[in-house]
Amino acid sequence: MSKVIAAISTAMAPAGLGVIRLSGDNAIEVASRIFRPASKSRRLTDLPGYSALYGWTFDAEGDIDECVALVFRAPHSYTGENVVELSCHGGLYLLQRTLRAAFAAGAVPAEPGEFTKRAFVNGKVDLTGAEAVMDLISANGRLAAKTALAAREGAIYKKIRSVLDGLTYAAANLSAFVDYPDDDIPELEPEALDEMLKNAEAELKKLIDRFDAGKVVREGIDTVIVGRPNVGKSTLMNLLAGHERSIVTPIAGTTRDIVEETIRLGDVILRLADTAGLRSTDDQVEMIGVQRAKERLERAALVIAVFDGSEPLNDDDIELAEKASRQTSIAVINKSDKGLKIDYKYIESKFKHIVILSAETGEGIEALERAVSEVTGVSALSDTEPLLSTERQRLCVVKCLDAVREARGAIEQSYTLDAVGVCIDDAIEALLELTGERATEAVVNKIFERFCVGK
Amino acid sequence: MGFLFGEYDVAVIGAGHAGIEAALASARLGCATVIFTINLDSIGNMPCNPSIGGTAKGHLVREIDALGGEMGLAADANLLQSRMLNRGKGPAVHSLRAQIDRRQYAIYMKHRLETTKNLDIQQAEVVRIERFGEKWRLITHLETEFIVKAVIIATGTYLNGRIYIGDISYDSGPDGMFAARSLTNSLRELGVTIRRFKTGTPARALRSSIDFSKMEPQPGEDPIVPFSFETNEELENKVDCHITWTTEKTKEIIYKNLSRSPMYGGKVKWIGTRYCPSIEDKFVRFADKERHQVFIEPCGLRTEEMYLQGLSTSLPVDVQVEFLRTIPGLENVKIMRPAYAIEYDCCDPLQLSATLEFMDVPGLYGAGQFNGSSGYEEAAAQGIVAGINAALKILGKPPMILDRASSYIGTLVDDLVTKGCTDPYRMMTSRSEYRLILRQDNADERLTPIGREVGLVDDERWENFCRRQEAKKQERKRLKSTILPPSEELNRILVSCETSPVKTGVRLEDLLKRPQLDYEKLAPVDTGRPELDPLVKEQIEVEIKYEGYIKRQQAAIDEMRRLENKLLPEDIDYSQIKGLRIEAKEKLSKIRPRNLGQASRISGVSPADLSVLIVWLSSNNIISED
Repeated sequence: MSKVIAAISTAMAPAGLGVIRLSGDNAIEVASRIFRPASKSRRLTDLPGYSALYGWTFDAEGDIDECVALVFRAPHSYTGENVVELSCHGGLYLLQRTLRAAFAAGAVPAEPGEFTKRAFVNGKVDLTGAEAVMDLISANGRLAAKTALAAREGAIYKKIRSVLDGLTYAAANLSAFVDYPDDDIPELEPEALDEMLKNAEAELKKLIDRFDAGKVVREGIDTVIVGRPNVGKSTLMNLLAGHERSIVTPIAGTTRDIVEETIRLGDVILRLADTAGLRSTDDQVEMIGVQRAKERLERAALVIAVFDGSEPLNDDDIELAEKASRQTSIAVINKSDKGLKIDYKYIESKFKHIVILSAETGEGIEALERAVSEVTGVSALSDTEPLLSTERQRLCVVKCLDAVREARGAIEQSYTLDAVGVCIDDAIEALLELTGERATEAVVNKIFERFCVGK
Repeated sequence: MGFLFGEYDVAVIGAGHAGIEAALASARLGCATVIFTINLDSIGNMPCNPSIGGTAKGHLVREIDALGGEMGLAADANLLQSRMLNRGKGPAVHSLRAQIDRRQYAIYMKHRLETTKNLDIQQAEVVRIERFGEKWRLITHLETEFIVKAVIIATGTYLNGRIYIGDISYDSGPDGMFAARSLTNSLRELGVTIRRFKTGTPARALRSSIDFSKMEPQPGEDPIVPFSFETNEELENKVDCHITWTTEKTKEIIYKNLSRSPMYGGKVKWIGTRYCPSIEDKFVRFADKERHQVFIEPCGLRTEEMYLQGLSTSLPVDVQVEFLRTIPGLENVKIMRPAYAIEYDCCDPLQLSATLEFMDVPGLYGAGQFNGSSGYEEAAAQGIVAGINAALKILGKPPMILDRASSYIGTLVDDLVTKGCTDPYRMMTSRSEYRLILRQDNADERLTPIGREVGLVDDERWENFCRRQEAKKQERKRLKSTILPPSEELNRILVSCETSPVKTGVRLEDLLKRPQLDYEKLAPVDTGRPELDPLVKEQIEVEIKYEGYIKRQQAAIDEMRRLENKLLPEDIDYSQIKGLRIEAKEKLSKIRPRNLGQASRISGVSPADLSVLIVWLSSNNIISED
């Protein structure tokens, strides 16, 4: 018997509508204790699946809110259990009061991801589907939500399936050749086999590369804003963050510690750090700040090097340009509103991506957005192409790729076909693990980890 | 009341390849055993091809031998020709296949049964088995009765056997034997689900009517690798087989006469046997294939009967003659025994546990074709498993359960009792996920210790095994510690084998790792090499050369055994577990897996069901590990 769980399923933010979802064997009974239909002759518990009643939610103190109750009956619901969705007005206070009423009526709070866990356990979604939902819940950006949806609908499944079909074809060929030595099955040419494996390898490689770009979409990229003092780093940070996060003064060296902010620029999430201006200094505190900025620069996955376009380059600028251009970086020439006096040729010789903008006026910010998208590989991602979405999935693909490479290695070193065969088998296993078609203990453990079930 | 003819521990019904191994195992373990056959002269008969082994089947024979079974010894003793198949395809798939003198083999087996202690042979048809307190009562057609503690059904194609040749059909066992027509009813009464399977065999033809000059000879290979680890004498190839092909005309005649086949004519509903299809099946299912291969195999040294492998059919005799004569070399062929299809009763192996005992009928076991398999070797493999387990149970000892990583035998049994079958099951190397470990060369390493523990491996076999193991250990040590200097001779060998020469000293072991090199090629420079058993050499070479791939498989085995060690109690009521899909509930209740590993292999049990099962078990604290 599954307990009735309840939670506010819409965002915890002011909105026009808010939905409270209840799921479990007795979900409809519990909901009927806090929902009063407008029509006195109707009862929520009599309602068939896929139908709705209009009425009010109430608690011991009286009516709470006007509401539409939607009933889904097992197994035809998201979780596969009986489900009631109460669509109320969006006010947070009213929603929370309704939820408390549900708890008072016998429901328990849902754990994070528990609706999905139940859906998975009831066979309503497969493993990749469940993971995609988890991503959907935590998706920050628009593209992240889209790719999560694509995985849910099986785009990733289809892609994996096609690689899987290729490998299975190769394995079947090998088996037939081996198991029917008398049935004049044509000899399998190592070259032909290698060709099949090469295709699989390319596809798998692409999936992994795209995962790394996809991660930027989903989890963001460590980005550091650097530059000598007073080139407008903090102004840029604030522009990107949309509000005053860094203290901006005309006094050089104002930002001494690192100021952090996660922001979305187009489709990319940047985990931004604004740093102290890089210059030689005698000020103890500022020195520490400069030191930290340098460390941060080295670890960052993306460097935004800011230069003051209205002034010629000085030694600090050149030192920074040398350093930054060795990493994944974008040169931002700031203060475009004040006229360009900078040695553009020099910057061009160092950086592949250059953006001229005014952090003050916001002019040119779109160019920065484009550059970021390009430099992270996100612009190459289309909304419809499948994307691996979790480390677990990536690991499976990496395992598969390793096995495919080992199979090719075995062919190259002229090992016998049985050695090639076991590698192909392993490659297939790895992908079946990804799609959840094969349960190893590792997979099952992973499920527990993610869904916190068990105890 | 009939005449009480005897009391035994174990009764084996049927003396084919399954029955023989079952009876021998049970008797050798000390249980008083009786074996029944409808005709004493049909003991160990090969009603189909006169050969033993083949891909994966050869592995089974080696494994039966390593456990202490008879098939390997009998095959070696009556061998006409031997080949190691798949030599170029790697050690995992090397498979022995031998042509066997069919009558001599049967005589050998009959004599082996006759001379085995604790074993009695009865020519009688068992018509009924029934409960007799804790024991069983067997009643024969002669109204004699036997009281036994366990019964092993190994009826092959005899149980309600019915032969089909074109329009003609009649009740019969194989090779003109009587069918066993009564036993099925009492099995049904006991709750055994009875199904109907079909198989077939090609015609036998007179040697002097065949023109071998139009065919390609296929000689045996020297030196012969014996099936049995205990065969020491040199074996010799005594006969050739021959290869020919069907023609355009053959196809035409078969197409023209399809309606006269019982299956294509709509007279019977058979699921065509996938693994030994009839020639009409082959032409229909692979319509774009122009021709099919035919092997002409001699049936023995003192017979002129030739077996026409690849031409099994249920077409009428006149069509058989017509199409055979379109094949090069068979233009004037004289058929001695026509081809036929045979239909027979068998059980649903999903009702069996991994000991091959019926889960709901304690003391009743099944083996061989009765369990839905095909092939002499598959039958014998199950025979030895059923015989050992029936005996162990009577002796009050724990059962012998072989897992998939231990052997092809374990894989075969697990497949049958976990996945079941809808047409006769044939063993293939691709059925094993651990091929590089389940090799034919190391069957002794994998199974002889188990056979010894069970009690089937005698002292002599055990001592030989231990000696080989010791020699292997010493040799591995030597290969690791021996460093060859970069001599001219060594480098000449390396270059001639198309592998890179060495500049510094190199370990023998590292040289053997190179795919281009082997023991033979290194002989001139490996002067300190002791005299080695060829078997030991082979095992070492494979282990060294394929080390990386073997490790890969070992890791998979360790993973599999983790799930395998999570035991499921026998009395789980799956219908009460919420979250399991209906199909999974039904399958789990029916198959009653021993552990989570077996559960995960049941078709219809998804990983999600498995998760539900684990959640349910852990929340009820009843997961146990052994």
